[in-house]
Amino acid sequence: MLAYTLKRSLVALMILIVVSALTFSLSHLATDPALTIAGENANQEDIEAIRKMYGFDRPVHVQYISWATRALAGDFGVSYHYREPVSDMIAGRIGTTMTLGCSAILFALIISIPLGTVAAIRPNSFIDRVALFFAVIGQALPTFWFALMMIIVLGVWWRWLPISGNTSWQHFVMPTIALGYYATPALMRLTRAGMIEVLASDYIRTARAKGLRPWKVLFKHALRNAIIPVVSLAAVWFGFMLGGSIVIETIFNLKGIGWLSYDALLRSDLPVVQAIVLIFASFYVVLTLVADLLNAYLDPRISVR
Amino acid sequence: MSSTVLEVHNLRIEIPVAAGLLQPVRGISFGVDKGETLCIVGESGCGKSLTSLALMGLLPKAAVRSADRLEFRGRDLRGLGERQMSDIRGASMSMIFQEPMTSLNPAYTIGNQLEEAYLRHHRGKRAEARDRAIYLLEKVGISAAASRLKQYPHQLSGGLRQRVMIAMALMCGPELIIADEPTTALDVTIQAQILHLLADLQREFEMGMILITHDLGIVARVADKVAVMYAGKIVEEGPCERVFENPMHPYTQGLLRCIPVPGKTRRGEHLGSIPGLVPNLVGDIRGCMFRNRCPHAVDACLELGDTAVSLDGGHAYTCVRDVETIRASSSEPQPA
Ligand SMILES: Nc1ncnc2c1ncn2[C@@H]1O[C@H](COP(=O)(O)OP(=O)(O)OP(=O)(O)O)[C@@H](O)[C@H]1O
Ligand SMILES: [Mg+2]
Repeated sequence: MLAYTLKRSLVALMILIVVSALTFSLSHLATDPALTIAGENANQEDIEAIRKMYGFDRPVHVQYISWATRALAGDFGVSYHYREPVSDMIAGRIGTTMTLGCSAILFALIISIPLGTVAAIRPNSFIDRVALFFAVIGQALPTFWFALMMIIVLGVWWRWLPISGNTSWQHFVMPTIALGYYATPALMRLTRAGMIEVLASDYIRTARAKGLRPWKVLFKHALRNAIIPVVSLAAVWFGFMLGGSIVIETIFNLKGIGWLSYDALLRSDLPVVQAIVLIFASFYVVLTLVADLLNAYLDPRISVR
Repeated sequence: MSSTVLEVHNLRIEIPVAAGLLQPVRGISFGVDKGETLCIVGESGCGKSLTSLALMGLLPKAAVRSADRLEFRGRDLRGLGERQMSDIRGASMSMIFQEPMTSLNPAYTIGNQLEEAYLRHHRGKRAEARDRAIYLLEKVGISAAASRLKQYPHQLSGGLRQRVMIAMALMCGPELIIADEPTTALDVTIQAQILHLLADLQREFEMGMILITHDLGIVARVADKVAVMYAGKIVEEGPCERVFENPMHPYTQGLLRCIPVPGKTRRGEHLGSIPGLVPNLVGDIRGCMFRNRCPHAVDACLELGDTAVSLDGGHAYTCVRDVETIRASSSEPQPA
C-alpha cells in the first residue's frame, strides 16, 4: 500500500507538471497579453513598453519557470483588470465554490447510493422503477432549466428559499440540488449495476451460509465491493461539478470561482484565467489520486496489480 | 445408538422458467446420522447443488422447496423463516462450496472472515474467535496460521483458500457439513489432499457429512452411504460397499464402469461412458428417467413408479428389473 501510494503520487506530480506547462503555453499562444493590457487605442511604443515591463519579451520557457515558481508559492500575479493580487481574488471565492461542489457531490451520493442499493435488492420492483424514472428525468433535464424551475417554484412562488447570494446555508440549498441532481443518475445506475453483480457473487452466498444477518451481508460484504467503481466515478463527477458550477454560480449569483472565471474570460484577464485553470487542474489530479487510494483501500487487490 | 442428524423425505424443488415448470429435484429421500458420510454422486445438472442449497435454505428466490419431511436434529425446517434458518446456518449446519477462488470476499482478510463466522453465533470475544480461527487453520493444515489471518484471499492459492473455507465451515462446530464438490476447481494433486482432510476432520469432530462429488474413487474410500442421483431422483442408494459391489441400477453400473481399476482395466482400453443426454427437466416425466439411455430399456420402464426395490442392509434401487435378472445380466460380459 505504501509503495502504491508513492507510485501514484509520483504519477500525479508528473501530470501536474505537464498540466501547468500546458496551461501556461495555451494562454500565451491564444492571445498577446501585452495587447490586451495596453487596450485598443495604444500605440506600438506603449505596447513594447508593456511587453518589457511584464517580461513578455523573454523566452517562453523562462517566463514559464518564473510563473510556475511563483505559482508554487501562491503568487499568481496581479489581475490586469482589477489590479488586485490574483491569489487574494481566488482565496475570497474558492470557499463558495468548494462548499457548493462538496455539498453537491454529497447530495448526489446520499441520494444515489441508497437508491441504487434498494433498486438492486429488488430489481424491477416499484422502487426500482421510481428510481429509474428519476434517473431518466435527471439525465434529460438541462441543469440550467432545472435550476430556473427551482427558482420559480421554491424561490418565487412559495418563497421557501433565497434565490441569490451566498450569505447563509439556505442560499446553497437550490444550487446544491441543481448541481448534484445532475450527477445522481449515473452514480445511481452504477451503484445498482455493481450491487446486482455483487449480490449474485459466491462470497455473498458464503456470507449467507455463515448465517450473517441480511443487513450485515448487504453493508459489510456487498456494498463495500459494489462501491468501488462508484468512488472513481464520483471523483470524475466532482471535477465536472466544479467546472459546471460556472453555470450554477451565474444563475444563483454565487460569487465563487465559476463566476470569477466567467468574468475573467470576458475581460481576457490572463493571470486570473491561468490561476483558475491551474488550480482546478491540480485539484482534479489530487481528486483522482485520492479516489485511487480510496479504491486501493477498499479493494486490497488493486495495490498489487 | 446412532442418532439421526438429518432426515429428508420426498424433497422437491421447482423453478418456474420460460419453458414451464423446471423440476430439478423430483422427490428424493435420504438421511444422515451423526458421524456418518453420505456421498451423493451423479452427472452434472442432476440437482445435487440445488439439493444442498435447499437444506441450507439458500435456494435462489425463484425456487420453491417442498418436502414431506425435512428434519434437522429433530427440528422441522420446513416452516422456519429466514431468521431462524440463519441461526442454524454456519452454527450447526455448514456448507463448503465448489468455487474456492470466488467464495471468499476479496475486500476482507482471512482472519476477519473466519472470526465473523464465530462471532455471529457466539457472544464471545474477538480474542476467542481469533484463537478458534488459528486452531482450525492449523487443523486444516495451514502453516503459520496466526500470520495468515492478516492475509487477503488473493494472496492464497486455490488449495489454501479451500482449506480456509473448510476452517470457516468448522468455526462453530457444526453437526452437519455439506461439501458440494469441494475439489472440482482444484488441481488433481490437491483434490485428494483436501478430500482426505475433510474425511479426517469429519471423523475427528464426529460430524455428519454430505459429500457431493464426481470422483467415485473418493466415494469408495470415504463414504458410509452412497446415493446415486439421476435427473432429480435418487436411482440407487445404500451402504457404500454394497452399492460398489452390487450396483443394481443400470445408471450406477454405467458410472462404475467409468472408473479405471488398476490391474483390471488394461492400458489403452476404452473406458465405459454412458451415451445419450439427460432428459429435459421441465414438466412431468412419466416412468423411468433413464430409459432413453438405458441398455436394458423395455416397455415396462414407462410405467415405473417411485417405489424402490429394497434389498437387505438398506440397499435400494428404482428399476423395473428384478434382482435375479440384474444379477444374471451383470455376470455376463458388459456391452462396450
Ligand atoms: N437459479 C436457477 N434457475 C433455473 N434453473 C436452475 C437454477 N439453478 C439450477 N438450475 C438448473 O437445475 C438443474 C440442477 O442444477 P444443480 O446445480 O443442482 O446441478 P448439479 O447436480 O449440482 O450439477 P453440477 O455437477 O454441474 O454442479 C440444472 O439443470 C440447472 O440448469
Ligand atoms: Mg453443483
